[in-house]
Parts: sequence; structure tokens; C-alpha cells
Amino acid sequence: MSLALPSPDEKGGLLRRLSDLFMRRPKLFLALLLAPPLAWLGIAYLGSLAALLAQSFFSIDEFSGLIVREFTLKTYGELLAPANLDIIIRTVTMAALVTLLGAVIAFPIAYFAARYARGRLKAVFYLLIMLPLWSSYLVRVYAWKLILAKEGVVTYLADHTGTRALLDAWLSLPIVGGPSLSISYTGTFLVFLYLWLPFMILPIQASLERVPKSLIEAAGDLGADPRKTFTTVIFPLALPGIVAGSIFTFSLTLGDYITPQIVGSSTLFLGQAVYTQQGVAGNIPLAAAFSVVPIVIMGIYLTVAKRMGAFDAL
Amino acid sequence: MRSRPPLSVTIAAIAGLLFLHLPLAFIFLYAFTTEEKSYQFPPPGFTLNWFAVAWNRPDIWQALGLSLRVATVATGIAIVLGTLAAAAVARYRFFGREAVSLLITLPIALPGIVTGIALRAALNLADIPFSFWTIVIGHATFCIVVVYNNAVARLRRTQGSLIEASMDLGADGFQTFRYVVLPQLGTALLAGGMLAFALSFDEVIVTTFTAGQQQTLPIWMFSELIRPRQRPVTNVVAVMVIAVTLIPILAAYYLTRDGDAVEGSSK
Repeated sequence: MSLALPSPDEKGGLLRRLSDLFMRRPKLFLALLLAPPLAWLGIAYLGSLAALLAQSFFSIDEFSGLIVREFTLKTYGELLAPANLDIIIRTVTMAALVTLLGAVIAFPIAYFAARYARGRLKAVFYLLIMLPLWSSYLVRVYAWKLILAKEGVVTYLADHTGTRALLDAWLSLPIVGGPSLSISYTGTFLVFLYLWLPFMILPIQASLERVPKSLIEAAGDLGADPRKTFTTVIFPLALPGIVAGSIFTFSLTLGDYITPQIVGSSTLFLGQAVYTQQGVAGNIPLAAAFSVVPIVIMGIYLTVAKRMGAFDAL
Repeated sequence: MRSRPPLSVTIAAIAGLLFLHLPLAFIFLYAFTTEEKSYQFPPPGFTLNWFAVAWNRPDIWQALGLSLRVATVATGIAIVLGTLAAAAVARYRFFGREAVSLLITLPIALPGIVTGIALRAALNLADIPFSFWTIVIGHATFCIVVVYNNAVARLRRTQGSLIEASMDLGADGFQTFRYVVLPQLGTALLAGGMLAFALSFDEVIVTTFTAGQQQTLPIWMFSELIRPRQRPVTNVVAVMVIAVTLIPILAAYYLTRDGDAVEGSSK
């Protein structure tokens, strides 16, 4: 009678047989590799998105406040109410402005890092861009609360540089102004710009680094001055990077509800509307319908971006 | 040929970097202020008192504990799932490969609030009560992509010939994984794991929708920002959060530094 326990050799044999099986049946192995992550994302993430979509077709009973689990487009209709439409327009405008100015500020940093920084300086640049990107989001918003507050840094600087009148004039303007910078659209805009800037710099830098040196030299040889080289060669080739960066800045602004709450006026942004509807108002269908808006906007945005080759620049 | 940067580009680049970094300096300054009620600048005086006050607050310790536990478990799940997906996408050509990488990227490509409200809607529909695990599910979902990105980048650079050589020399698949693939993948996984940890430790938007009454450290901080009890204590916690997230990020950078140089030069 042989031993009941497998000898080390036989155990190795089992692994070997399993390994051979995987070699012969790569599709089986691939399926085993893919099953756990796909199961997780399929159930936890796609399942949740489906639940969200389902909820957006429910409605809320105005008398009992309970959710009526019947298919209706009524909740989507509520999005078109002037107050709700305002929220959507306000948020999209903010996201567009943040994206535009973000690209303008990000470009020279990316350009310097990609074309002129070498060796150690390049590493330092990379770290200096990466650190704010990964360091605490909430802390970075909070830092601006300290800076923009009525008694804070900006007011102090304005007082000591004689620009206080300029600051007050800006704050007295409609829409962009407010009681203080930390309670105004200007404040919200600055913080968004600050938060997402690294997301814009990195893809632009990546796309600039892929511009072949020979092309730039060729442009010079053919008689283009630096300005002409920039506008006809470098910038068009960097455009996919800008579009790639804009995906992040746009999407992140659309969904944020923390920043406008900490630094901003009392009017709502899309994310805040979602948050209030599901929390305070208990109207999950309307919250769901609201959050379908950024999904649709980003869906269109991503499709256009893909056509412009932005995905290769990521 | 090396050209010198135009002065305007240099100035704009330096100004941009200052814009990115100066605000964080103010957090450090304010952690020591003696002014309790407002954000007065410059601070009227400096004290170490707030560090002691923060140290003695049980609610901060509780929130910190929950954050660390969530980040650890979510990172663990993300490392396993991210590596499996990376191995499949980097090594095989299969139908739906693009869709798989899109699915992994989607949780961070879509606004965080969408992930948050979606999970909330699912929990609501399925009548699942809030718990430690509801937070972990949300965090792991968006952490997978970080591990995946790091692992895929490394696997693409790892030469297939090494694996073939290992097989030719008689190693089975598991031995090849243990002695050839894993050592090459190790630092990328460690880096991905650290970034995932930092991401989870810092996350607030998705967490608000899946935490119920539980407070992670960012949730604690957020509630302090909306309804402040002791403002300088918040500053102290902010400094601490910067420290906790900075260390893994720097470590992750040093772990992938050489690889990134290779990747950059090949582009």
C-alpha cells in the first residue's frame, strides 16, 4: 500500500500538471486571470451603475416621501426645471473655464519640463508636479480656505501692497464677487484650478516629450522661426495631450461637491445637488438623474477626445 | 543641440510651480497659530499646544484607525485584482481587451460622485447596511486602476524572452512566476500599492456615500471644516495627513524611478 500523503515530488507534480494544463489551454488561464477583477468590477461597479440608472427612472411620492419603484421619466423632467437647469449650466461653465485656464497655466510648466529640464532637474520637476497631485485633496482645499478667508493671507497682502481697493472692487462685481474671496465663485474657480493643475501638466508633458527632435530641426532648417515652429509643429502635436488633460480637469470639476461647499458661494453645483438630494431631501431618484448628467457629458467628451487621439497621450 | 529656454517660459514655469506649492506651506504655519477663532494672517503668536490637544482627542484616533484599516484592506484587494487584470491585458490579445482596460479606468475617469451615488443606490436597492466593508468596496474599486497601471507598465517592459528562457530551462509556470516575473514586478506592485493606500487614505467623496455614520479621517476633517469646533486642531490633523500621504508617494517614486526613465526614453 502506498503512502496516503503525497511526497514532495508528487506535490510538485500537481503544480507541474496544472502549469502544463495552463500552457496547453491559454484561454483557460486567461479566463482564470480575468475572472476575479471582472467579477469585482462587474458586480460592485457596473452593478452599482445599473442600480443608479434604475433609480433615476423611479420617482418620489410627493405626499409620503417614499420612492415609487415604477418606471417613469418624471424625474428626468424635473432636471429641466429652471433651478436645476441653472445648476447644470453653472457647473459646466465652471468646468470649461477651469479647463481652459488650467491648460494655459499648465503649458509652460509642461513645456519647460519636456524641452529644457534634463537629468536631476527633470526628476525634481516631476516630483514637484506629482507631490501636489497625490497629496491630500481635502488639505489642499483647506489651505485655500486659509488663504482666501476675509482675515487671511490675500487680504493681508492686498493691504500691504496697496491693492486693497482693487480686491474690494473685484469682490463688489456681480457673479464673480462676494462677501470675501472664500465665499465667491472666484474662490471656487481658483481652488479648482489649483487642485486639477497637475492632471493637466502631466499629459501635456508626455505629449511634448514625444515630439521628435528631428521635426523641430527640420522646421528650423526649412526657415521657420521659433514662433512659427511652435505654432505649426509643436503645438498641434501637443494638442492630444491638452485634450487628455482636459478630460480630468473637466470631469473632476463636474463631480466635485466638497470644494464649492468649503470655498464658494451658497449656490449649488452639480455634485452638491446630487449630495443634497440623496441626503437631506432623501430624493434618491432625482439624485440619480442628476448624476446621469455628468455621465452623459463625459460620454460625449470621451468620444470626441478619442477621435482627437487624446487616449494615446494618456 | 541644446537650446536655452526663453525667459518668459522659465518665469511662467517657476510661477506655476510656486502656485502649486505655496498653499501647502500655509497649512504648516497655521498648525502653530495661537489664534483659535479666525484665520488671521499673520498668526498673532505661535504655540505647540494644538499638537497636544489633537493627541488627546479620541475621535481623531478613532477616525485615523478606521482610515488605516480601510486603506490596508482596500489596497490588498486592489493589488490582487489589479495584478491579475494587468497580467491578462499585458500578456494576451483577446476579444474585449480594450473594454477591460476601460472598465478598470472608468471608476476614476467618471466623477467620484457618480461612483459614490451609484454605490449608495445599489446598497439602498439591496438593503445592505453601512459597514466597514461598504467603505472598503468603494475604495478597492477605484484603487484597482492604480495598481493595474503600474503593473501593466512594468509587464510591458519585462521581456517575454526571459519567461521563455525560464520555461525552456525546465521551470513550470509557477516557478517562472515566483523566480522570474515576481522579482521584476515587485517594486511596481509595491509602488502601486503605496499609491493606492494614499488614495484610499485621502478619499472623501465616495466615502461619504458608503460610510453612513462612520468617520474616516477625511470625513472627520470635512465635518470640522463645515462645522469647526477647534480650528487649529484641524490644522494639526492636516499636517499629519500630509505627512502620512507624502511618505508612500515619495517611496513609490523611488521604486519606479528607473523604470519611468526607461519608459520615457522609449517614447
